[in-house]
Amino acid sequence: MTSVSTRSIVWARRRRSWKQLGDQFWRSRTGMLGLAIFVTFAALALAAPMLFDSSQLDVTKATGGVYESPTARYWLGTDDAGRNVLALVVWGARISLLVGLCATVLSMFIGTAVGIASGHFRGLIGGILDRLIDWFLVIPFLPLAIVLATVLGKSLLNIIIVIGVTSWPATARLIRAQTLSVEGRPYLERAKALGAGDLHQMTRHVLPNVMPLVLANTTLAVSISILSETTLSFLGLGDPTAVSWGTILDDAFSTGAISAGAWWYLAAPGVCVVLVVLAFNLVGRALEDILDPREAAQ
Amino acid sequence: MTLLEFDDVSITYQSGQGPVPAVRNVSLSLSLGQTLGIAGESGCGKTTLADSVLRLLPKSAQVTGHIRLDGQDVMAMSFGQLRAARWAKAAVVFQGAMHALNPVQRIETQLAEPILLHEDVGGQAARARVGELLEQVGLPASRAGDYPHQLSGGQKQRVMIAMALACRPSLLIADEPTTALDVMVQAQVLDLLSSLVKQFGLGVVLISHDLSVLAGACDRVAVMYAGRIVEEGAASDVFARPLHPYAKALAGAFPRIGDQAFRYAPAGLPGDPPFPGDLPPGCPLHPRCPIAIDACSTVEPLLTRHGDREAACHRAGEVLV
Amino acid sequence: MTATYGADRSALETRALEVEFRTRSGDIARAVDGVNLAVHRGEILALVGESGCGKTTLARTILGLQKPAAGAVYVGGEKLSYRARDLKAYRRRAQLILQDPSGALNPRHTVYEAVAEGLRVHGLHQGEEAKVADALSRAGLRPPERFYLRYPHELSGGQRQRVVIAGALVLDPEIIVADEPVSSLDASVRGEILALLLRLRDELGLTLLVVTHDLGLAWNIADRVAVMYLGRIIEIGPTEEILAAPQHPYTQALLSVVPEVARLDPIVLTGETPDPTRIPAGCRFHTRCPALADGTAAAAGVDQRCRTVELPMIAVDGLGAGHTAACHLVEANAHR
Repeated sequence: MTSVSTRSIVWARRRRSWKQLGDQFWRSRTGMLGLAIFVTFAALALAAPMLFDSSQLDVTKATGGVYESPTARYWLGTDDAGRNVLALVVWGARISLLVGLCATVLSMFIGTAVGIASGHFRGLIGGILDRLIDWFLVIPFLPLAIVLATVLGKSLLNIIIVIGVTSWPATARLIRAQTLSVEGRPYLERAKALGAGDLHQMTRHVLPNVMPLVLANTTLAVSISILSETTLSFLGLGDPTAVSWGTILDDAFSTGAISAGAWWYLAAPGVCVVLVVLAFNLVGRALEDILDPREAAQ
Repeated sequence: MTLLEFDDVSITYQSGQGPVPAVRNVSLSLSLGQTLGIAGESGCGKTTLADSVLRLLPKSAQVTGHIRLDGQDVMAMSFGQLRAARWAKAAVVFQGAMHALNPVQRIETQLAEPILLHEDVGGQAARARVGELLEQVGLPASRAGDYPHQLSGGQKQRVMIAMALACRPSLLIADEPTTALDVMVQAQVLDLLSSLVKQFGLGVVLISHDLSVLAGACDRVAVMYAGRIVEEGAASDVFARPLHPYAKALAGAFPRIGDQAFRYAPAGLPGDPPFPGDLPPGCPLHPRCPIAIDACSTVEPLLTRHGDREAACHRAGEVLV
Repeated sequence: MTATYGADRSALETRALEVEFRTRSGDIARAVDGVNLAVHRGEILALVGESGCGKTTLARTILGLQKPAAGAVYVGGEKLSYRARDLKAYRRRAQLILQDPSGALNPRHTVYEAVAEGLRVHGLHQGEEAKVADALSRAGLRPPERFYLRYPHELSGGQRQRVVIAGALVLDPEIIVADEPVSSLDASVRGEILALLLRLRDELGLTLLVVTHDLGLAWNIADRVAVMYLGRIIEIGPTEEILAAPQHPYTQALLSVVPEVARLDPIVLTGETPDPTRIPAGCRFHTRCPALADGTAAAAGVDQRCRTVELPMIAVDGLGAGHTAACHLVEANAHR
């Protein structure tokens, strides 16, 4: 009889549930479509340096004519400085996706921690956390972004912070609601009766039961973060030297691409944003369906 | 006259794992003014049987045999006839009915719903009838404006019974009506049911896993296990002197207080009731049965007559178990 | 076979225990309104009453899951301290079995994890597997290895309850509080679980406090029965006496409506239990008491006392197994 321990059992259980999740996801058409789109963009983003030399982003080294429409040489045409729009978009994917993911990680981390804590601790601590969530919830996104950009200077890090700080409360509220419903369940009482402390209760009982919601919410939050980043960059609050889909759009507007009829300059990054947001939404929806607690908790 | 009749009824569900025989060859009958008890635990098919009377089963369920309500075959009814029969001829108080009340609607709205659906009356007349119904179940008419959360468990159960009576049915089927209730409230609800039988001459089918409740409240009782009837007879008789080992175990689960034989001697069967889709060969009880013999694992016993009772057991006649 | 009353200390005691809750409307509900209770070592005591009588609250307070508003819980003669470390140490001595086994087990944890949780919480990692296997076997799940990786939803109701019991046993407690241990199980499965509880008492010398509304269960396994009404114990004594010859009118009414108790005429009390925010003056049962309603109390001359004089808490009678009822009528008859 091989030696059994709680740890090995836990890993066996985790492996099994991940495999189960994978199998169900494989069968979901919407999920797989969303995943395919995301993987394509991620691959492009990672392969950017190999596909297009970074010199293509330099305004001074532009090789094309001004506002050339899409041709065999420049698949998505050129911008007002003659740069290859396709190169811009592919390189832009790196920043957009990176900022989106980082901001989301920050937001989910804070949101989950605060959400679980405020749902678990009743009384003074819970009250304070509740108020904290409410306070942050009403902070308006754009004014804060503008203020921070002005005070801290324009950078990608600031964008990540802004997005993280303004989007965690929505997550926290969701997680808190789910925590409250889990807290009422008998197995939490049993854990208390066994002598479990708050940390044990929160990490071993609440978190695993809240995880599905966290996961589904994360994917949806990524799309929001990417949109937010695009917006902020478009408004000129991002790093002006970085190339992201938002800055491309900003450039396009400010250099009069519309009146020049250079639709490709606007359409390319716009369509990319839409596709990536769509991809994450599809994945998030598929995960929500699969991880519906009503089915998991039979 | 025969109000309800099950004539060799079998009901099979279709599931992902193949057909599941929930009810197998059940024959029962009930007349007006009588109370029939169906005793059994989870998986025995009693709820399926109850749902079948008003064709409340899922579309994939296959029903063989005949279910006759007031002489009419339920499965052969047109949808129009079925709609008319539902609630007006026969009504069901479902298991967990107390939780079936809409928490954001007042009691009177919910009680009026079946009335407005079935009878061509206006709101005023419906409201008057709601008041009448509440009084019939022992609640003051003034409670009509309350929300469900303002009522206790027993009161909610009474409201569900009132709802079932709304269209003056001749048959009432109550599925585990007292299961979640305290013994005192249970007594009140059972008293109510018997007074309704006396007052309106209803026929009542009472379903429960508590054989002692059925023994006191019903004329006849049928004990079900794994989709079949394993014993049938006069209610107090079956409880006091069961012929079938399962009926005996079920009776023993509700010990007679004051009887020394039950002191420090909990009676029960090992193992668990079988899943209907996964029945053992021969008699479905044999893996758990204290008196099983070889024949039990190969041949399923049929319901045979023993005096004025019926039992499905190879050893039923031998010794009073 | 009766319990052997061991040492001169009871396993558990409560003295003048009071537990209050604040309702949404701001009223104070006195769920436990003054209880003196002693649970003797190695005995099975059934705490019976209808829903809302406070028995679950009393059990949870005894386990330290709820803090009393007044009075105290004494464990083995020592007052229970609510400091985190003391409470945690107490948890190893007193364990809980909940009503609904499906709810009591985290659906995402395997059986092994569920049983080992207690050991992990208390940092007892040495020989964990052996202890888990032992607890599972004792709870009747054999061979234990077969159940390690199963999930609760793969087990039957009876098996789940056994897992819960194993989880309680793994810490080697002295006391087990069982809240409606079999009410959500199938009828034919109950006997086995009850027999298991009896066996645990006989073999391991456990003290069992069983909270239930099912008098038949009390008759089956309890040595003594305590009847609660609206936060007070109104009658307590050996099972044979309480259930076969009850003195308090409430107990008599309860027994009379248990189906198939043919000896007594059914006394169906009217109305519902009054709520704990408005406990009646005098004897708390007097508003529904059949003895008061039908004149028996008046005949004995105590009807005024029933309406106005509150009865004292039943005193703990040390090691004795006396039969006490908190009732003016019973008192009056006793003095005759």
